[in-house]
Amino acid sequence: MPGIKDKVAIIGMGCTDFGEHWDKDVKDLIVEACYEAFEDAGIEPRDIQAAWWSTMQSGDLGRSLAYPLKLKYIPITRVENRCAGAHDAFINACYAVAAGAFDLVLVCGAEKLKDTGVPVAGMDPSILYGTRVEPLYVPPTAFAQLARRYFHHYGISYEEGKRLLSMIAVKNHHNGSLTPKAQFRQEITLEQAINAPMVSPPLGLLDCCGISDGAAAAIITRAELARNFRDDYILVKGAGMSCAYYYQAQVEDDLPLVSLEENVRASRMAYQEAGIKDPRQEIDLAIVHDCFTITELVIYEDLGFSPRGRAKEDIEAGTFTLEGELPVNTDGGLKCFGHPVGASGLRMMYEIYKQLQGKAGPRQVKDAKIGLANTLGGTPVEGATAAVVILGRRD
Amino acid sequence: MSGIVSYGAYVPCWRLARQAIAPGSRGEKAIAGPDEDSLTMAVAATVDCLNGLNREEVDALLFASTSAPFKEKQLSTTVAAAADLRQDIFTADVANSLKAGTAALKLALDAIKAGSAKQALVTAADCRLGAPGSEFEQSCGDGAAALLVGQENVAVHIEASHSFSNEIFDTWRLEDDLFIRSWESRFAQTEGYLKVVREAVSTAMQRNSLNPKDFARLILSAPDPRRATELARALGFDPSTQLQPLLFDVMGNTGAAYPLMLLVAALEQAKPGERFLLASYGNGSDVFVLQVTEEIEKVRGHRGITDHLEPKRVISDYATYLKWRGLVKMAEPRVTHTITYPSAPSIWRERNRIFALHGVKCKTCGTVQYPPQRICAKCQTKDNFEAVRLSDKKGRIFSFSQDPLTGSPEGLVNFEDGGRIACYLSDAGFEELEIGQLVEMSFRKLELLRSDGIPVYFWKAIPVRA
Repeated sequence: MPGIKDKVAIIGMGCTDFGEHWDKDVKDLIVEACYEAFEDAGIEPRDIQAAWWSTMQSGDLGRSLAYPLKLKYIPITRVENRCAGAHDAFINACYAVAAGAFDLVLVCGAEKLKDTGVPVAGMDPSILYGTRVEPLYVPPTAFAQLARRYFHHYGISYEEGKRLLSMIAVKNHHNGSLTPKAQFRQEITLEQAINAPMVSPPLGLLDCCGISDGAAAAIITRAELARNFRDDYILVKGAGMSCAYYYQAQVEDDLPLVSLEENVRASRMAYQEAGIKDPRQEIDLAIVHDCFTITELVIYEDLGFSPRGRAKEDIEAGTFTLEGELPVNTDGGLKCFGHPVGASGLRMMYEIYKQLQGKAGPRQVKDAKIGLANTLGGTPVEGATAAVVILGRRD
Repeated sequence: MSGIVSYGAYVPCWRLARQAIAPGSRGEKAIAGPDEDSLTMAVAATVDCLNGLNREEVDALLFASTSAPFKEKQLSTTVAAAADLRQDIFTADVANSLKAGTAALKLALDAIKAGSAKQALVTAADCRLGAPGSEFEQSCGDGAAALLVGQENVAVHIEASHSFSNEIFDTWRLEDDLFIRSWESRFAQTEGYLKVVREAVSTAMQRNSLNPKDFARLILSAPDPRRATELARALGFDPSTQLQPLLFDVMGNTGAAYPLMLLVAALEQAKPGERFLLASYGNGSDVFVLQVTEEIEKVRGHRGITDHLEPKRVISDYATYLKWRGLVKMAEPRVTHTITYPSAPSIWRERNRIFALHGVKCKTCGTVQYPPQRICAKCQTKDNFEAVRLSDKKGRIFSFSQDPLTGSPEGLVNFEDGGRIACYLSDAGFEELEIGQLVEMSFRKLELLRSDGIPVYFWKAIPVRA
């Protein structure tokens, strides 16, 4: 397989502030994110030849993206792959560009969660009219079972586990405090995180990402055309995706529930395409799916940043802080941005794009050349879709 | 010879101290958990009764209750499905009277004698609601019993029966009534209970040429212990030695299930050769003369009453009880899944894995999987499975947590012979749960919204009782 390494370039990106946008609807968010991307790329909306559109529940067909932007009669593919939706849209748009089908493509993800009146995101809106005998989890309840299993498997006490998870939240809040577009921009202390109100034991409030509205967009083109738009375009180095099946952790009674194999496979696929052999050494920053602190912890291992069972040592050593060996969630992650489901993957790529261009301000990772964005749609109990995109500077 | 082949019972693990209802009140009553009702308790008693027996041999199932959760829809079929019985059986619900349980027993015996069934299962359950502040609220307890009757391996020979019908307004409940209504208790007791049961029992003894001294036990489902003592004495029995204890202070009056539950309690202590007299009450009375056979020694290993009374979990506050019975309306959580509702075709298609909790075992590689699959998760073989019943398998908690919106503990359970289920956990405080804990499956009502239209019942994992 020749793959798409260095065949597709990002020439413009946009991202709204993430938060409780009571005064904006999803159309406003789409316009803001996409026009920032158009301006960044120096193009007009009418130049767009095709679009990929990701939302879980804030719109429907291609028309939902076309309407606010007045995109007329171009092909628009709507993608729903839960939290991995934006990654999925981006990856497939890249495949279309790499195949030569289109030269200038818009990818947009947007979600308006704060109009639902529901204090959770990521619930399955597609299980309509079933038997209703399956237990209904809100996501923290599923990820809490992963946490409990991880602690049990590696002999980590409840208190020790809570402390490790809290360290991740503290790190991400610190990074979020440096990120103007984040929903939560305040530092928190370890004690605050440990003692936060319980949500789904062992996960407390500060182990959970927020619920926010937001949109993000990217303009992509064939690599050889990128220089016509800008010098500091960003190349797609590799992409990977992997799906568990529905309720795999129930059907397979030997599934250990201490990692997410779909993340392992998606990252392996992306590393192979990008030619990355030692991710910990070769990746300069990673924006990963910290829907809950335990998710980020397990991702350290699943993506090969930490050896199996040894994320603890790296957390304690500060490996993933802004100043550490491999900064993770430099923008504060889902923890501080909240998680407007269909938009999050592109928000992650936006951070990498800015970091690789050296435009990340006080949280800039020095001389960042390669960045990784990872999302995970679904839960460890009900099965998930994992996706990884690796972006790099052209030099 | 026809009679009882096996017995079982169910008492919820929860108790409410009567003190919590009104200071100075004595004892406690068994109360159904928030996810239990007459149907779920009947399933539990039935499964207890059939423990160790071949479920294929049951030809009929009768369900008796005055508090069936449906006004239209047969629940004996649901009990039969949950107990994984054959489909070519006779099912019927008996309702509306406190003697519905003994009426079902009489009908089952007649079916056995007539030869239309070789084995018939009778289950009675009640979860009656007394209005807050009423005597019924104090006296009513929740529970269920099940008896398997047949003609072979009879442990308790039912020698004779006699019935008496009596039209009276003593207790009743209209179509739209939530709570039991009654006339003044003095009238209900003197002209109702005491007179009717005395008449029925006297006639039964007379017709069978039996005297009080011929009985080891007199089993009376009386409105309260004082009435039972009074009646026993009037009939010429010695209450202190012959009257079966009414469990009033530890369980309460369990309605249509009460006479059968007291019979099960008596059978747990029964010795071969002993003769019992059982009398129910409810717009009349059904009286049975029973004699214990040598087979009784083989009918052990059921939890019955004794193993369900202890250990128990006492709730100390009345507010919890009111919440559980739906008498206090709580805020409904805002969750997206409330916009969906259960689908009848979907429940019907998946009835075996829902009611009988069938998983599948791959005939190629032997891997047990839940829910049933078309393609094996292990060896990918297509459509080569046999059904396995998981409802009677014990398991261990693999992982668990708690839903923050509903407060329901949920987790993954690994069954002892393979297979894993993601399910709700019940009957235990969250803080008691731990990885590796031994659990069993219990048929429960899922707490969905009223607007869901179809109440959904499914199996939950509970700590192993006794």
